[in-house]
Amino acid sequence: MSALAGTMRHARYVIGENPVTGLAFALFVIIVFVALLGQHVAPIDPLASDTAVALQPPSPHHWFGTDQLGRDIFSRVVVATRLDFGIAVASVALVFVMGGLAGVAAGFFGGWTDRVVSRIADTIMAFPLFVLAMGIVAALGNNVVNIVIATAVVNFPLYARVARAEANVRRETGFVEAARLSGNSEAQILVLQVLPNVLPILVVQMSLTMGYAILNAAGLSFIGLGVRPPTAEWGIMVAEGAGFMVSGEWWIAFFPGAALMIAVFCFNLLGDGLRDIVDPRRRT
Amino acid sequence: MKRREFLKSMTALAAGIAVPAPAVFSPARAQSRQETLLIISESGPNNLDIHGVGTIVPGYETSWNCYDRLISHDKKTLADGTEYYDRDKFVPELAEDWNVGDVSITFKLRKDAIFQDGTPVTASDVKWSFDRAVTVGGFPTFQMKAGSLEKAEQFVVVDDHTFRVDFIRKDRLTLPDLAVIVPCVMNSGLVKSKATASDPWALEYTKTTTAGSGAYRVASWQPGTELIYERFEGWKSGPLPKIRRVVWRMVPSAGNRRALLERGDADISFDLPPRDFAEMKQEAKLKIVSTPISNGIQYIGMNVKKPPFDDVKVRQAVAYAIPYQKIMDAVMFGQAKPMFGAEANAAASTLWPQPHGYHTDLAKAKALLTEAGYPDGFETTLSFDLGFAVVNEPLCVLLQESLAQIGIKTSINKIPGANWRTELLKKEMPLIANIFSGWLDYPEYFFFWCYHGQNAVFNTMSYQNPEMDALIDGARVAASNGDQTRYEADVKGFIDKAFAEVPRVPLYQPYLNVAMQKNISGYRYWFHRRLDYRWLAKA
Amino acid sequence: MAIPSLIGVVIVTFLLTRALPGDPAAYFAGPAATREAIEQVRANLGLDRPLPEQFLRYVRDLARGDLGRSLTTGQPVVSEIRTRLPASAELTLLGLAVAMLIAVPLGILAATRPGSLVDHACRVVATAGVSLPVFFTGLILVYVFYYRLGWAPPPLGRLDIFYSPPPAVTGFYLIDSLLAGQPETFIASLRQLLLPALTLAIFSLAPIARMTRASMLAVLSSDFVRTARASGLASSTVVVTYAFRNALLPVITTLGMVFSFLLGANVLVEKVFAWPGIGSFAVEALIAADFAPVQGFVLTMAVLYVLLNLLIDVLYGWIDPRVRIEA
Repeated sequence: MSALAGTMRHARYVIGENPVTGLAFALFVIIVFVALLGQHVAPIDPLASDTAVALQPPSPHHWFGTDQLGRDIFSRVVVATRLDFGIAVASVALVFVMGGLAGVAAGFFGGWTDRVVSRIADTIMAFPLFVLAMGIVAALGNNVVNIVIATAVVNFPLYARVARAEANVRRETGFVEAARLSGNSEAQILVLQVLPNVLPILVVQMSLTMGYAILNAAGLSFIGLGVRPPTAEWGIMVAEGAGFMVSGEWWIAFFPGAALMIAVFCFNLLGDGLRDIVDPRRRT
Repeated sequence: MKRREFLKSMTALAAGIAVPAPAVFSPARAQSRQETLLIISESGPNNLDIHGVGTIVPGYETSWNCYDRLISHDKKTLADGTEYYDRDKFVPELAEDWNVGDVSITFKLRKDAIFQDGTPVTASDVKWSFDRAVTVGGFPTFQMKAGSLEKAEQFVVVDDHTFRVDFIRKDRLTLPDLAVIVPCVMNSGLVKSKATASDPWALEYTKTTTAGSGAYRVASWQPGTELIYERFEGWKSGPLPKIRRVVWRMVPSAGNRRALLERGDADISFDLPPRDFAEMKQEAKLKIVSTPISNGIQYIGMNVKKPPFDDVKVRQAVAYAIPYQKIMDAVMFGQAKPMFGAEANAAASTLWPQPHGYHTDLAKAKALLTEAGYPDGFETTLSFDLGFAVVNEPLCVLLQESLAQIGIKTSINKIPGANWRTELLKKEMPLIANIFSGWLDYPEYFFFWCYHGQNAVFNTMSYQNPEMDALIDGARVAASNGDQTRYEADVKGFIDKAFAEVPRVPLYQPYLNVAMQKNISGYRYWFHRRLDYRWLAKA
Repeated sequence: MAIPSLIGVVIVTFLLTRALPGDPAAYFAGPAATREAIEQVRANLGLDRPLPEQFLRYVRDLARGDLGRSLTTGQPVVSEIRTRLPASAELTLLGLAVAMLIAVPLGILAATRPGSLVDHACRVVATAGVSLPVFFTGLILVYVFYYRLGWAPPPLGRLDIFYSPPPAVTGFYLIDSLLAGQPETFIASLRQLLLPALTLAIFSLAPIARMTRASMLAVLSSDFVRTARASGLASSTVVVTYAFRNALLPVITTLGMVFSFLLGANVLVEKVFAWPGIGSFAVEALIAADFAPVQGFVLTMAVLYVLLNLLIDVLYGWIDPRVRIEA
């Protein structure tokens, strides 16, 4: 049986054995699906305002009700899936590449590289992380790209540390030696051999980071440093909608909040499942 | 301690503190709640002295209530029962009588007024305070200048209880300018004793301590958290206020402020979004007082030095493309007076603000834009002050949508409050949403700051037109000379011009909304839009 | 090892605040200032000097213990931090305590029944808490428990307006009120602390529960526990007396991490509950481009973080003699 088929069978076993993991995977698939389809699933233009129907509760015409400008909340929540999922994935990709590369280089080469990377990681860790993210977004401007950068920077130390530890271990292993003997440059070995091996270990952390990226964007929106209007993004919808709770218009914050919660919930639980599949030795 | 016992005692403790203490438990508490007024707002003062450097608006409220001025305004009652300050009628405060001459005004000070430390108020205190106001620079000096109060030489001590203000030019605004917050009378003896070589006006001392003769004094202040006032029992400039203690707490979350008011745990606030006020009015659980902000307009401004806004047709196109009613409904929830859609696009009277004739007409807008040479529209940036995001953000989103329909593609630029003034000064922003209001409620005052070629920071449009200047200057001179005919002609003239040239498009005159418990009376609207505690009472 | 991090923090914060879009000179100069007036204020504040020179001045002031002055409150940053830090610390510590009270038993429960419905339920509960933005959790709690049910006191900060703070010894109202013999003030402070502490606790359940569970699982399958069970000891004795104490170590490290993470997440909770803490102070300052408080806040947090790590190292050595012996 091929390695891939073996992995698939093991995956099915893991998912089947643990109902929570199974649920998480199912949710993940749904989220990806909605993110991909995006606009096409949304019945109404998420940016179209219609003040005549502002602040209406859920109804057959507007499943999730309308917000203060008369926009359909269901459409906005659906369209926001793509943006939030994109923020999550982009943040994780960025921090994995940045932190992973830096950490692996530090562990592999040692010496000055190690010192510099460790210093940077320590400095970042010494900051109160949310305030650092706030500072970065405030300084660079509040748009999606900078929010992704801020999230990546804040998570950098963790990835760098883990990657460094792994690279340290694998510096002198057999396959690395073999690659060296075959004439691969140190850089090629780093990127093609060592870095991919770091991935399984970071898998849990990566899905947690996806959840964190979305929560971070929401927190930033609460203090006014989130995405720009009229963008539909769960975090900013929750932040704005929270002010409407006291006056009774609960749906404005509830639906984006529920979507956000389900997504983050899913990512958090997903990590456990992925780790069980990828690296059974570390199962707890 | 065994775990079980620990859990038991914790549960008991939890049960005990979760139940709110019934009023009968502490009669002392119930009584003092009656004598205390609890005000809540989003932010508080950063400086208790209006002459201070960088003092923000909440500090003005402290200055108003803790210091006296020479004169104040009388009150008038509007049709709906609201008490409003009377722009044209002055009443004595520290001055019990005054005589307006051709070259000066002479004030007779009341003889019994004392400062909060017991020293009597004399004319030399008034002079020192006024000298301070025109010398420290920044906002206070600027405000004094608005009434032609510019040099210390203008302020003359005739004797202990007689004070004279000499004119450097005749200006109708001099007397009203003496009733605003800035020319407050400070305890010069006390404050001077705290001066140093590097701080000759003792700005550091008055920043955290009030040294006035006003009806209240600051008993304690934790910046950013709480400010507590106590009544000054020796206040002579009016009847002793009914409220003995005023507590001002800062509560950043607007939803919580509303919850506190509705549950009766706070007495009074005006820091809520328009929607909340519209809803609270309907629910009728609280008393809501709404008054239009005097001489105040929210507008869309276009920088006439930045093409294509240098073309009047483009500006008029924008004026026809604004979704006025949508904004009134969805942004202000009706909590504003419309300044659009008048029958004719011309001055109907000398009252200001008054509505212009533009209304939402996308076809006309598109036609004008095509005439100007932009049949496919153009791209630009729409900026607003993030400090007022509650109103500005939805407003700009609606505007963006509407402009897109005639081909003008805008990207929205949120500018943090701290940076807004700098950006305004640069005069680089092509299209903005902004608000301006002036303490002195006269049209020529508004136009002097907003449309005159002197290009003050408030002339955000960089609008410079010699004909407009002539009309504005003419109106000011006519006002000082009492030339009613000329005044009317010039005022109507500059209003007509503003409507035709439309460098800025007025949207509405916002309301100042105040929410208070039903047992509170005595609220009065002032031009400075802050609370005056001296007339408030709790039933 | 800590010093270079602190230096890095100082430099990065300095650069970051200078990169913020606001202009303190315009702020100071007031609403009607002309361009010249603003430039004059800028020169007064020393903001027109080249960056390296500004940095040196900042470091020199720092060495004298002068963290500058806040524009938004007008107070010296040092005194602001001194009054506000205990407020945040008290809230965070209580939040952590509540979190532990809930999460540790959850983790132990889950570890003693691995793979069961209880295990899954614990994981779901813990994860749910951390899946909502912390400000939203706070606002929901206020809405339900204060606005709707009236069980919680008004979110007006640390104390109701009728109580004066106890004489300051530690700055922690709970401790100070007991020291001063004011039980009423103690109860009042505790009441105000409940909801915000609960909000923080909900947000930190997951890492603590997860770590407890993992650590307990590892310990429960170890030799000495098997021996204890084989010797016939009651299950509860085995779990609590033997297993738990040994599982404590990783949990403590997690606590340290969670505490420093909470100190940063505090900023949002403080905004919701009008808490006069250091977090809300820093956020207001950041929005207003008020450099000094932001720099002061970050520096303080960094120093605290370093101290905390030291404390944890010490605690580690005390709990686990092996670490001491090895070191």
